[in-house]
Amino acid sequence: MNTAPPSPSTDRLAVSARGIVKAFGVGDARTQALKGTDFTALEGELHLIVGPSGCGKTTLLSVLAGTLESDQGEVSVLGTRLTGLAASQVTRFRCRHIGFIFQQFNLIPTLSLVENVSVPLLLNGTGRHEAEAKAAERLKQVGLAGRERQRPTQLSGGQQQRVAIARALVHEPRLVICDEPTSALDSVTGHQIMDLLSGAARAPGRSVLIVTHDPRVYGYADRISEMEDGRVTGVHSGDSLAAFIHAETRS
Amino acid sequence: MFLLALKMLLGDRAKYLMLVGGLAFSSLLMTQQYSVFQGLLAWTTSHMRNMRASIWVVEARVDQVNETKAMRDTDLNRVRSVDGVDFAVPLFQGVLKARAPDGSDKMIQMIGLHSGTLFGRPPRMIEGDITQLRLPNAVVIDTLAAEMTRLGAGMGRPLRIGDTFEINDREARVVGICQTERHFFGYPYVFSSYDQALQYAPRQRKMLSMILAEPKPGLDEAEVVRRITAETGLRAFTVPQMEKATLRWVWTNTGIPISFLTTIILGFVVGVAICGQTFYSFVLENLRNLGALKAMGASNGLLAAMLLLQSMTVGVIGFGIGIGLTALFGLTIAKSGQPPFKIDAGFIVQAMGAVLLICALAALFGIRRVAKLEPAIVFRG
Repeated sequence: MNTAPPSPSTDRLAVSARGIVKAFGVGDARTQALKGTDFTALEGELHLIVGPSGCGKTTLLSVLAGTLESDQGEVSVLGTRLTGLAASQVTRFRCRHIGFIFQQFNLIPTLSLVENVSVPLLLNGTGRHEAEAKAAERLKQVGLAGRERQRPTQLSGGQQQRVAIARALVHEPRLVICDEPTSALDSVTGHQIMDLLSGAARAPGRSVLIVTHDPRVYGYADRISEMEDGRVTGVHSGDSLAAFIHAETRS
Repeated sequence: MFLLALKMLLGDRAKYLMLVGGLAFSSLLMTQQYSVFQGLLAWTTSHMRNMRASIWVVEARVDQVNETKAMRDTDLNRVRSVDGVDFAVPLFQGVLKARAPDGSDKMIQMIGLHSGTLFGRPPRMIEGDITQLRLPNAVVIDTLAAEMTRLGAGMGRPLRIGDTFEINDREARVVGICQTERHFFGYPYVFSSYDQALQYAPRQRKMLSMILAEPKPGLDEAEVVRRITAETGLRAFTVPQMEKATLRWVWTNTGIPISFLTTIILGFVVGVAICGQTFYSFVLENLRNLGALKAMGASNGLLAAMLLLQSMTVGVIGFGIGIGLTALFGLTIAKSGQPPFKIDAGFIVQAMGAVLLICALAALFGIRRVAKLEPAIVFRG
């Protein structure tokens, strides 16, 4: 097992985090979620962050996505140093460059599928008609052609997650961040979703970062970062990845 | 995004209807009560518009137009002798009891006009000739008096020209029907000549209720009023002065303004309570979606604008329904003329401002919550 964080060539770095510290609460209730975590992800790879519940996976993902400010450390995403940027600049950066897929899908129930999917485009200033045309195209790519005007509540969990994937990819982001995308889904649907995400990661210059504790999806990863107690304790790729997956599957 | 914001609002049908309903009710309460209040205030000074004199002279202790303290007959000549007074005529006004043809007693507002000039005559005659008031026992009644529930009781129809009734056991014969503005006391008007009115009214030592006067052409009314007051010791008013005095009297001596203002304020508070609570609950229920939008790159400013748009939209729709219902109320009661009702365009603008303020306050609670919202909330299961 390779326990040291990788040192890839910086020109292929999609995400880089150094010495991230993040604590929640005050006094006796204070909990340190990240304890000087280092992390890197490369362009063009599907990177899983795995570990037991409470190890800090989601907190790390939030910091990398720029939705949560760390107490210490530095984060660079797609060559932009997020640390020190104004909140409005981070928001604009997220809007343009990052796609999100959430565990609970977070589709707006009162909007149609095509309206839900067009949101990132509208936030980036695309006109409504163009945004809806692109959104419809994305829905078609995830197998939901003809259902553009339906509401999320009319779909199964797997279908809703497909909509979420379409929404995350519609504005062609270079980084897609996924939080437990398969945990609310059955095995077959989970694999279908991972197939879609794996395909998305193959787009030129795009990276997909997934937090999961679902061992069924480990096989899709190009690289896996293992976390425990607020730190990245191991990074697996190549042969060590196969060994890690084998060991995890057996356990 | 703004179109989507509206769809988010309209999609939550229950909250949307609750918001619109609450604001409509609040708008209705505020505008309807204010319109009735305005109508009532208009009634307090209607007497002046019915008489249309430039100068009103009353006993020194009289504070407002609907109040009567009799003066001596000689006071009329004293007013006439004041420099600048073109002419002055006596006016009798008093609430008397009339007997309808069915034998029931009805209260009336008796007005006795100067026989020579008939100055202070009703603004519009519908039927008959006002000059016939000079005939014995002749009266001109307004449309309210003619109604079957008033002096027409027992006739099976409204009173017409030629019909008779009794005022204090004396015959009164209708020679004309006129249109007047409703008096503050709500009693119908019955006009007669001054001398005839004194016959109808119970005899007292002093019978002159008011003196109506006009200034000489080119003279300032206020200056003539000042001279009358100074030279006679009576109290004289121009129309604006009398209106102001009457309204001040209503504000300081009756509970009417407080009662209406309380309801109007309650309407506002109810609007704030319903709208604020419902809209905040709408925001809370959508917090996760708003967090997702924030994570995807929606700025605080954009989310605030979306919330404001949503609240203002329900505000405009709610106010529209409320003011529509108020107008409907006004149209419904227009025929009967009761309760008094007067829509004031200025207040409509103010009420709309109040409703939009309610909406802005409601949105503000939501905006504060959303501004503090960490987008990372969406990553927490």
